[in-house]
Amino acid sequence: MTDTTSSPQGVSPGGASGDPIRRPVFVGPHLARRYARERRFRLLGLASVATAGVILLILLGSIVSKGYSAFWQHEVDLDITFSAEELNPDGGPVERETLLRANYLDMVRDALKREFPDAADDRRERRMLYGLVSPNADLALRNMVLEDPSLIGTTQTVAIKMSDDMDTFAKGFIDRDLPEGDRRVKDREISWHDHLEAEGRVHAAFNVDFFTTGDSREPEEAGIYGALIGSILTLTVTLLVSFPIGVMAAAYLEEFAPKNRFTDLIEVNINNLAAVPSIVFGLLGLAVFLNFFGLPRSAPLAGGLVLALMTLPTIIIASRSALKAVPPSIREAALGLGASRLQVVTHHVLPLAMPGILTGTIIGMAQALGETAPLLMIGMVAFIVDVPQSFTDPATVLPVQVYIWADSPERAFVEKTSAAIMVLLGFLVLMNAVAVLLRKRFERRW
Amino acid sequence: MTFSFGKAVAIAALGVVAMTAQAEARDQIRIVGSSTVFPFATVVAENFGKTTGFKTPVIESTGSGGGLKLFCQGVGTEHPDITNASRRIKKSEVELCASNGVTDITEIKIGFDGIVLANAKASETYKLSRKDIFLALAKEVPVDGKLVANPYTKWSEINPDLPDTEIEVLGPPPTSGTRDAFVELVMEVGAEEIPFLKDLAKSDKDKFKQVFGSMREDGKFIEAGENDNLIVQKLEANPSALGIFGFSFLDQNADKVHGSVIEGNAPTFDAIADGSYPVSRSLFFYMKNAHVGVIPGMKEFVAEFTSEKAAGQEGYLTDKGLIPLPEADLEKYRTAGEQLTNLSL
Repeated sequence: MTDTTSSPQGVSPGGASGDPIRRPVFVGPHLARRYARERRFRLLGLASVATAGVILLILLGSIVSKGYSAFWQHEVDLDITFSAEELNPDGGPVERETLLRANYLDMVRDALKREFPDAADDRRERRMLYGLVSPNADLALRNMVLEDPSLIGTTQTVAIKMSDDMDTFAKGFIDRDLPEGDRRVKDREISWHDHLEAEGRVHAAFNVDFFTTGDSREPEEAGIYGALIGSILTLTVTLLVSFPIGVMAAAYLEEFAPKNRFTDLIEVNINNLAAVPSIVFGLLGLAVFLNFFGLPRSAPLAGGLVLALMTLPTIIIASRSALKAVPPSIREAALGLGASRLQVVTHHVLPLAMPGILTGTIIGMAQALGETAPLLMIGMVAFIVDVPQSFTDPATVLPVQVYIWADSPERAFVEKTSAAIMVLLGFLVLMNAVAVLLRKRFERRW
Repeated sequence: MTFSFGKAVAIAALGVVAMTAQAEARDQIRIVGSSTVFPFATVVAENFGKTTGFKTPVIESTGSGGGLKLFCQGVGTEHPDITNASRRIKKSEVELCASNGVTDITEIKIGFDGIVLANAKASETYKLSRKDIFLALAKEVPVDGKLVANPYTKWSEINPDLPDTEIEVLGPPPTSGTRDAFVELVMEVGAEEIPFLKDLAKSDKDKFKQVFGSMREDGKFIEAGENDNLIVQKLEANPSALGIFGFSFLDQNADKVHGSVIEGNAPTFDAIADGSYPVSRSLFFYMKNAHVGVIPGMKEFVAEFTSEKAAGQEGYLTDKGLIPLPEADLEKYRTAGEQLTNLSL
C-alpha cells in the first residue's frame, strides 16, 4: 500500500526506509507534556488527600490530647467513720428515711480534719480544706450505706473524689512554680496534696461516672450519659419518622408519579429544602410542634421531629438516585413475569436500591446527630441533670453538651469538652459501622 | 424485604401518643434567661434537686432579653416559671408581661457580678479610667467641640500614661446583658466626664444616648460572641488585646489573664463586694407568682437560692464567682420570696 497523503512539506525524518505509517512530527514533545500534566494532576490529588489527612490528624490529635485525661479522676482515700449517732440515733432498726437525710458531708469533713488537725481552727482554712474533695462526695457515701447498712458504726477507707481544682492540679495542668496569686490552687492546698500523696492516699481511677451520670456543674461529677441517651432518643424519633416517609416519597416520585411540571416543581423544591439552613427548621418546629401541637419543650420527641424535617430531603434525594440506578431490565423482567407494579417495587427495585438508600439515610442521620441550631429554638440547649427516661422528658444531645461545657467557666470543663467530642465521634463511627454492615447484607449483584 | 404501609401507620400512632403527652402536667421547674446568671442558677438547681425530693429544674441560657420575652408570653405550664436577668426588668417588659396576663412577678436580687477588662499576663496591667475607655471604644467622640468618627488608634493617644499599643478590645455582642451593663456602667459614665457630652446630655438626651451607646465599628472593638472562655483564649494568643467579660471568668483564669485597674481599683472579690470597683451590676431572677402551687417546688427553689448556704457571704455560689449581697439585702429578698411580694419598679 502506498502513502497517498504525503505532506506538502515533503520529506519525513526517517524517510529513507519508506515507513508506511507517518507520525506527525509534533507528537514527541506534546506527549511528554501530556505525561507531565498527568503526573502533576496525580501529585495534586495526592497532596490534597495528604492535606486533608494532616488536618484530620491535627484535629483529632488536639481533641484526644486535651480530652484523654477526662477519663481519669483523682481520688483520695479517707478513713470515713460512719457515725452511728448520725445514721441510727435511736439504736433500733435502721430507717431508710434517716439514712437518706443524714449529713454525709460532715463525715468526709471529719475525716479531713482528723488528717490535718492544724487546719481545723481557722474558718477560711477549714473551707479550703473541705474544698479538697468534691462537694458531691456525700452522694457516694449515702449510696454505700443504703446498700450495706452494716457499715454503720464502722470506720472504712473510702476513695473520695477530689474537687475539680485539685484534680486538675494532680493531673499536672496547674504549674506549681507560678506565683501563688496566679493559680487556683494555693500553697496550702498543694502542701496538703503532697502530704496525702506521700502517704499513698492519692490515686487516679477510671472515671466511671463520666459514662453513667447526667450533667453537673461540678466538673468531677459531670457525665455524658444524659446527653448520650438524649441523642439516642432524639435520633430514634428522627429515624422512625424520616426513613419511612423519605423512602415512600422517593419510591412514589421515582416509580409511580407521572412526569409532568407538577412533579418537576416538587423535585426542585425538595432539592432546595436540602439546602435550607437548619435554624429555619428550628423556627418551624417551634411554631408547629410546640406552639400549635403543644408538644413539651426540650423533649426528644419534638427535637426528633424537627431533625426529621431537616433529614427528609437528604433521604429523599439519596433514595431517588438509588432507585434510578436500578436497571430498567429488572423492572421489565418482573413486569413480564406478571408482577404488579407494587410487587415490582417492593420485591425487586427497593431491595436492590437499599444499599444506596441506607447510605443516604446514614448521611442524614449523621447530620442530625451533629445539629444544635434547630434544637436551640425548642429548648434542648439547656442544663439538664436528670437522665431522660422517655421521649417526653427534658433532654439534651451530645453536641449541645459539648457547647454547654465549652461555655462553662471552670477550667476542668476544658478536658470534659474534648472527652465529650470523643464520645460524639465514637457514636458517629458506631452509626457508620452499623450502616456498612447493613449495606453489606443487602448488597446484591446483577 | 417488604415495605408496607404498616410502618407509616406506626408513625401515625406515635404522633397520637405525642399529642396526648402534652396533657400531662409539668412537675419540673423551667428556667430561662441570662447567660451570666446561668452558671449560678445551674448550681442552685443541682443542689436543689440533690437535697430535696423535687426534680432538678431545667435551665436554658437564652440571654436576659430573650428570657424575659419567653417569660412574659403568658401564664400556664407551657411557659417558663422563672427567668434570670443580668439587669433589672424594663418597664416595657413589665407592660408586655401584663398584656399577657403575667401580672404578679416576684423580683429577687441574688448578688453582684463585676465586669472586667482583662489582658494576657504576658503584657502589663492597664490602668484605665472610664473616660479613657469611652474615648477608646465609642464610635463618635468629641474633638475640638464637635463629634467626629473616633480617630484614636493607640491607647497612648488618649492618655500619655497608657502604653503605646494599638487599641483592640474583644467584647460581647448587643444581645448580651454584659454588653448592656458595660454600656451603662462604663460608656455612659465615661461620656459624662467629658464636658462637651455633659452639655449634650442636657440639650439632646437622645443624641447623647446614641453617642455613648454606639461602639466603634472600625475593627478596634470586636464582637467576640457570648462565649467568655473563647475571649480568654483569644487574649492568650494576642497579648496586646483587652477583653470584656464577667468576673467569674477572671477568677477561674487568674493564671492566664489579669484585670485592668479601673479608677484605681483592681477587680478583686472584695473590691467588687464593697462597691469600690466601679463596674459591677446586680443579678436578678423573676418568678411568676401564678405558678407557685401549680409547679411543685417553686417556693422551695427560691428559698434554696436565697439561703445562707447558697447566696450568703460564704455560700457555695461565692465559690463559683458570685459576689454576695450584704446580709440585710439578702434577708429582704428572702422574705420577698416567701411572701411573693409583687414587683414594683
